[in-house]
Amino acid sequence: MRQILRIAGPFLMIVLVAIGFVQLDPLAVLRGNAPPVEKLTIELAQINQGELKLRLRAESSEAMSVAQVQVDGAYWKFEQTPPGPLSRLRTAWITMNYPWVQGESHHITVLTNTGATFDYAIDVAMSTPDPASSLGWFLGLIGLFVGMVPVTLGMLFFPALRAAGPGIMAFVLALTMGLLAYLFVDTLSEAQDLAEKSAETLSIRKVVWLVALVTAVGLFMIGRRLGAGSGNGRGPAMLACAIALGIGLHNFGEGLAIGGAFASGAVTLGSFLVIGFTLHNITEGIGIVAPLTDQRPDLLMLCGLSALAGLPAVLGLWVGVQAFSTHWAAIALAVGAGAILQVLIEVGLLIQRRYLDSAAPQPLSSLLVGGVLGLVLMYSTSLIVTV
Amino acid sequence: MNFPRINRRHLLGTGLVGSWLGLIGASASAALATSSDTPKGHSPHAAGSMMTVGDVDPASNGFDPHSILTDWDRGVTSVDSDGRTVREFLITAEDKEIEIAPGVLFSAWTYNGRVPGPTLRVTEGERLRIVFRNNGSMPHTMHFHGIHGASMDGLTGAGEVEPGGEFTYRFDAYPFGCHLYHCHSIPLKRHIHKGLYGGFIIDPDPDLHPDLDPQAIAIARSRQHGTPENAIWQEMVMVMNGFDTNFDDENEVYAVNTVAHAYAKQPIAIARDRPVRIYLINITEFDQINSFHLHANFFDYHDHGTTLAPTSRTIDTVMLCQGQRGIVEFSFAGFEPGRYMFHAHQSEFAELGWMGHFEVVA
Repeated sequence: MRQILRIAGPFLMIVLVAIGFVQLDPLAVLRGNAPPVEKLTIELAQINQGELKLRLRAESSEAMSVAQVQVDGAYWKFEQTPPGPLSRLRTAWITMNYPWVQGESHHITVLTNTGATFDYAIDVAMSTPDPASSLGWFLGLIGLFVGMVPVTLGMLFFPALRAAGPGIMAFVLALTMGLLAYLFVDTLSEAQDLAEKSAETLSIRKVVWLVALVTAVGLFMIGRRLGAGSGNGRGPAMLACAIALGIGLHNFGEGLAIGGAFASGAVTLGSFLVIGFTLHNITEGIGIVAPLTDQRPDLLMLCGLSALAGLPAVLGLWVGVQAFSTHWAAIALAVGAGAILQVLIEVGLLIQRRYLDSAAPQPLSSLLVGGVLGLVLMYSTSLIVTV
Repeated sequence: MNFPRINRRHLLGTGLVGSWLGLIGASASAALATSSDTPKGHSPHAAGSMMTVGDVDPASNGFDPHSILTDWDRGVTSVDSDGRTVREFLITAEDKEIEIAPGVLFSAWTYNGRVPGPTLRVTEGERLRIVFRNNGSMPHTMHFHGIHGASMDGLTGAGEVEPGGEFTYRFDAYPFGCHLYHCHSIPLKRHIHKGLYGGFIIDPDPDLHPDLDPQAIAIARSRQHGTPENAIWQEMVMVMNGFDTNFDDENEVYAVNTVAHAYAKQPIAIARDRPVRIYLINITEFDQINSFHLHANFFDYHDHGTTLAPTSRTIDTVMLCQGQRGIVEFSFAGFEPGRYMFHAHQSEFAELGWMGHFEVVA
């Protein structure tokens, strides 16, 4: 009984303090008759034939009402679903019949009942693609070339890696670390970019860091439990899987970025761009098989690794061309960043175990050069494919 | 309204690299050609879609744009010791939240609780007494566009009234014409765009102009409120205004007589065979000019209304700077009955609320 009171006591006090504060309302003197500052984020736009659809998220402390909508500086009839005032963090769709023009810009201004305005720009209007259409297949193909193909091509170096001596191997593993470090930074900054576009009140920028850390620590602990770090037979395979997963999530982000840029008309998907991505991602295949050089993985496993690392790019493209929620995409990328951070640590530990603390240590210079080369390779190939 | 512009450098760069087309590039263009729907320019929906959603309830707003058209404030008259007519008005400034477009509330400063304020209609030569009470939260004035002494000018230091105070403006009604009054307290832009303005119409008195020819006398009589010659005219006042709802020094809403699209949704009824006279006043803040355009017809225009003969004949668009006003006269006699549009011929203003219809009935 006493134990229950000890626990319930603080909670009771919290409730009493809250009730007391609300009842006494000491802040009333500060309030005056100033209206609350309104905030509204237009999260995404869907463009269908003769129709514009926007998803709004209210961010004010008090409920707000959408009164009118301007499209290109003209009041336009719209429908709101669900109708009525939007309380904090609630979303609603507004739909307008609008004769938008293919390839041109359209500007939308939402007026609330207080006259506050919130703007949204469709930079280059084009129909939001349907993944079930022929465009969906085409995007799938692009996704394969961006993800699956380079990873598989990179993995073709596997026999060469196996034949190489420990010096080359150490160099390649260091290269993998550089690659992973690049991917970590790239994924995290991509996640932050998306977080920037999300509703401010959701604080997605913080969430991205937290999700990345929790993912990294969680995967690290699971990996330890399953023996990824141990020198036994399962360790390297686990590590290769973990690298493939991290790279897969990164490639999902890459697909997302390409799809989004394509849908907004910011990029033309020319062959050169796609080949650029293929080149950019070849190093990833090498990274995945690098821990496996003293193993005898079967073809099925190699195919599985390549699918794990490559196929998410297809998914990313399909999602990216849709009107997608930037906050969910940011969180998905944060998971990817966390996964990459985990394998970065694991590969680091592997290098330490094999080539630094071992009886026959490799020269530090070759490890450093390998690591920096991995970074430089990824960065320089990324320049041709910035979307 | 500032909108972010698309980054052309990215477009250019990716366009250049993308021009090297191979197998995938070719299939890309094929896929695009089939999937991108080119929207129809004029779907049947689109025509009536460019409109504010909903209606403003005049009862809850406290004023009706349709009544404002014709509800001349004639004040109270008496005769002074010299035998001259004295016309007295009582105007009260008050803060009031008004609905300027359906669902859009605006914290206005008003004369007599309405925007535009009452249309004061007097006759040339009358002695005017305008008792101005300020029940608002800021100092205000009434600055009349007319002829008066410096102390009656309605400026800071000349008839400015502190909250709770009162002042009586005294001057004679000259010259005849279509005029206006507005608050001239500073900052001026804000005191005007918050809603402190109204029409001030001085009807010509032919007795004060003995040298007029019979035709001019007839015109003057037709402009004199209450005469039989005036009764056949369909007169109305249109105050062109705008509202900056988000304080970015640009108007989000444009209208005549405040409520966006009020006359588009409920057209102004016009008897086809009687002439129409519009007292047109521009008090739009932030924009350099406003304009009036009549569809399918032409009108005569008297700039400032200070002449009996038109200053422009047979025009269908007239341009006014802020504070400029005039009299528009036209007739639909013999026209096909139906809806005739009128609007600012700045498409921007028209699309943001300054558009209406005359419903011409035979």
